[in-house]
Amino acid sequence: MKQYSDLEYLRLSKGQKFTYKLTSLLAAIPRGIGRFFANIGKGIKNGVVGLGSELKDIGATFAHGDWKTKTSYLVMGFGNLARGQILRGLLFLLFEVVFIVYMIFGGAHWMSMLPSLGKVGPTSEYNAVLDTYTTVYNDNSFKILLYGVLTIFFIIAFIYTWRVNVKQNKIMEQILKSGKKLKADKDDLRSMVDENFHATLLALPMTGILVFTVLPIVFMILVAFTNYDGSHNGYSNNLFTWVGLTNFNTMLSWTGGTGGGQSYSATFGEILAWTLIWAFLATFTNYFLGMGVAMMINKKGIRLKKVWRTILVMTIAIPQFISLLYVSKMFARNGLINLSLMDLGWIKQPLPFWEDATWARVTVVLINIWIGIPHLMLITTGILMNIPADLYESARIDGANAWQQYRKITLPYMLFITGPYLLTSFTGNMNNFNVIYLLTGGAPTNPAASGAAGSVGYTDLLITWLFKITTGADSQYYLASVVGIMVFVVVAFISLVVYNVLPSIKNEEDYQ
Amino acid sequence: MENKRHMGLRTLNRVSNTAIYVLLIIISIVWLIPFIFIVLQSFRVESTYQVGYVIPHQWGWDNYIKLWNSDFKRWYLNTFIIALAAAVFVTVIQLCMSYTLSRFRFKLRGPLMRFMLILGMFPGMLTMIILYRVLSDLGLTQANAVPGLILVSVASSGMGYYVSKGFFDTIPKSLDEAARVDGATRAQVLYKIILPLSKPIVIYTILTAFMGPWGDYVFARYVAMGTSAGYNVAVGMYSWLTNDQIARMYTTFCAGGVIVAVPVTILFLCLQKYYVEGVTGGAVKG
Repeated sequence: MKQYSDLEYLRLSKGQKFTYKLTSLLAAIPRGIGRFFANIGKGIKNGVVGLGSELKDIGATFAHGDWKTKTSYLVMGFGNLARGQILRGLLFLLFEVVFIVYMIFGGAHWMSMLPSLGKVGPTSEYNAVLDTYTTVYNDNSFKILLYGVLTIFFIIAFIYTWRVNVKQNKIMEQILKSGKKLKADKDDLRSMVDENFHATLLALPMTGILVFTVLPIVFMILVAFTNYDGSHNGYSNNLFTWVGLTNFNTMLSWTGGTGGGQSYSATFGEILAWTLIWAFLATFTNYFLGMGVAMMINKKGIRLKKVWRTILVMTIAIPQFISLLYVSKMFARNGLINLSLMDLGWIKQPLPFWEDATWARVTVVLINIWIGIPHLMLITTGILMNIPADLYESARIDGANAWQQYRKITLPYMLFITGPYLLTSFTGNMNNFNVIYLLTGGAPTNPAASGAAGSVGYTDLLITWLFKITTGADSQYYLASVVGIMVFVVVAFISLVVYNVLPSIKNEEDYQ
Repeated sequence: MENKRHMGLRTLNRVSNTAIYVLLIIISIVWLIPFIFIVLQSFRVESTYQVGYVIPHQWGWDNYIKLWNSDFKRWYLNTFIIALAAAVFVTVIQLCMSYTLSRFRFKLRGPLMRFMLILGMFPGMLTMIILYRVLSDLGLTQANAVPGLILVSVASSGMGYYVSKGFFDTIPKSLDEAARVDGATRAQVLYKIILPLSKPIVIYTILTAFMGPWGDYVFARYVAMGTSAGYNVAVGMYSWLTNDQIARMYTTFCAGGVIVAVPVTILFLCLQKYYVEGVTGGAVKG
């Protein structure tokens, strides 16, 4: 593709500019993807090289180290203790003891069960005392997978700590050799509120994220490779086990789904398409209309600015489930709008707001505008007021009308500043569970997709479908997990492309 | 000539301003009307289902009395406790997180932020299944849902650090450096210099953390699993609008909506200034 310089670009006609922009945007996509894979490759290479030098350093430290250092390879923290850093030494030692005890009394067991996810399911055994058969629960696949993952985390943490322990010995030896003094325990404690204050502050939040977000996500990714569902709950009915890529095959296969309905891939494709359309509409209708409202309120000469703003802001405060549920019922077949219109005699039949696919989709987007505009109004107000007033002043002197001012000053400025916000808002809308679920619950039902797990409707997003799969009759957690991974892939792909393309768009915006 | 053109502009301006006023009035009506309807319908006595008119034929407190005699009190208390706990713990955790990421430059900072960005791309709903099983193993589901919900909503709240980080980024670093030169530790810098300057963002964080649980539906429903004692208002009131309940409970839902919305809205309007500051600041920083 031909690259234009700034001057050449300015000389192009409007149509040429547009095609140029479009082609350069499209051309940037493969480049972005290429960059992504190049980065992954680079990462792997750096990882391998880094590992090599780490191993070399570990060996060298052992070879050149004194007996205190060498003992530390087995007894963590020994070097610290022997050299007077009691606090650090005790912590290292404690961690090692805890790790060993955990591995002996559980970790090893969970790890050994991980490849099979349990061997013996619940059995029925004769109970001589009660003269009946009672169910005896044996292995628990769920716990095996959960604690297996936890154990792997623990092992990684141990290896890392061990490495730190070795490195510390090396550093201590260097310090002592150069004749300086080691840090005392008092200094270590003080550093927790001083140079290492960040570690103190991050300890609690990161532990929470690790246990309640990272661990569950790793777990759920692994579930996509098992047959965990309602009838294989891994404990009280059947164990679940690894099934490889079967679930991905099911989701992407072109053959019919269960019950002879539409194939999963067709259902998935339809829902994905609607999810993207929805995210696009929801983001940009809100964005432009919200900006419009903000500009109206901001306009010079409009009075009662605070009142208008407060009215809109007030609607943010009301919990969404109230407003969404209420509005949802208002548009229902026997809801306020239909009933009053029929009472007035304007319509004979109730309008199919939630019964017809197109009606439902349009209504959802419209109500989302109602929900979203106050937010966008707030966000854009601040930015609009930041646009230098002299830009407009000079534009007016040059004879630009209001529309031209908007096109050439306001919009580029807004897009420039809110670019990242638009991206997060797009991906946020893709996962906008509340609006869809509380308004329609996914309705109206898509009869063609009846074979897929959960009941699929025309307004279902991937995220509401995921929820329906897990709460549906069969609770096909493995499929929900596959859908979740797909959502991640789509979101990550879009973010990646946009992030890589964004700067080029911005630069072009600059010289308009 | 000059004068005439001026007059033309002024009339044009007046016309456009009038149009804007009309639009703004229409917008205000459209935005407020559902809420006015909720209030009106909550006082309707003659019927409990949806009807084709708004102003009640017969006014009364029946729906509020019905509310008082239902499980609604319990749901309200549950939600209030969760919201209060979230307001305290979420604020502490989020401020720790955002302050650290804004102020400190340490080796893992970049990878950490990138990691959390990627983590945020997974649908949070995915984690519900396992969190539910874990909570139920701990005995924190159904009737004991409240501590479970607090735990879950607080634990991962560090991920939402963006807005307050954007705020901390705007406080000049020279303040920290001056204090450090005077011998203050980093902890002292936080307590004595930064926190007093951060009132707006602290209030913003408390406010959003407090308001969040009032609208929390999905996970709350998952954890309560049909046990009324463990419901929050959203789950409980949703159950009133199911097909078999709505004919009896519709106006009660409206009354409940009023009881939930009024205190939250008043609180919100009092602290509006801080909310606006937080939202606008956070969006600009991205």
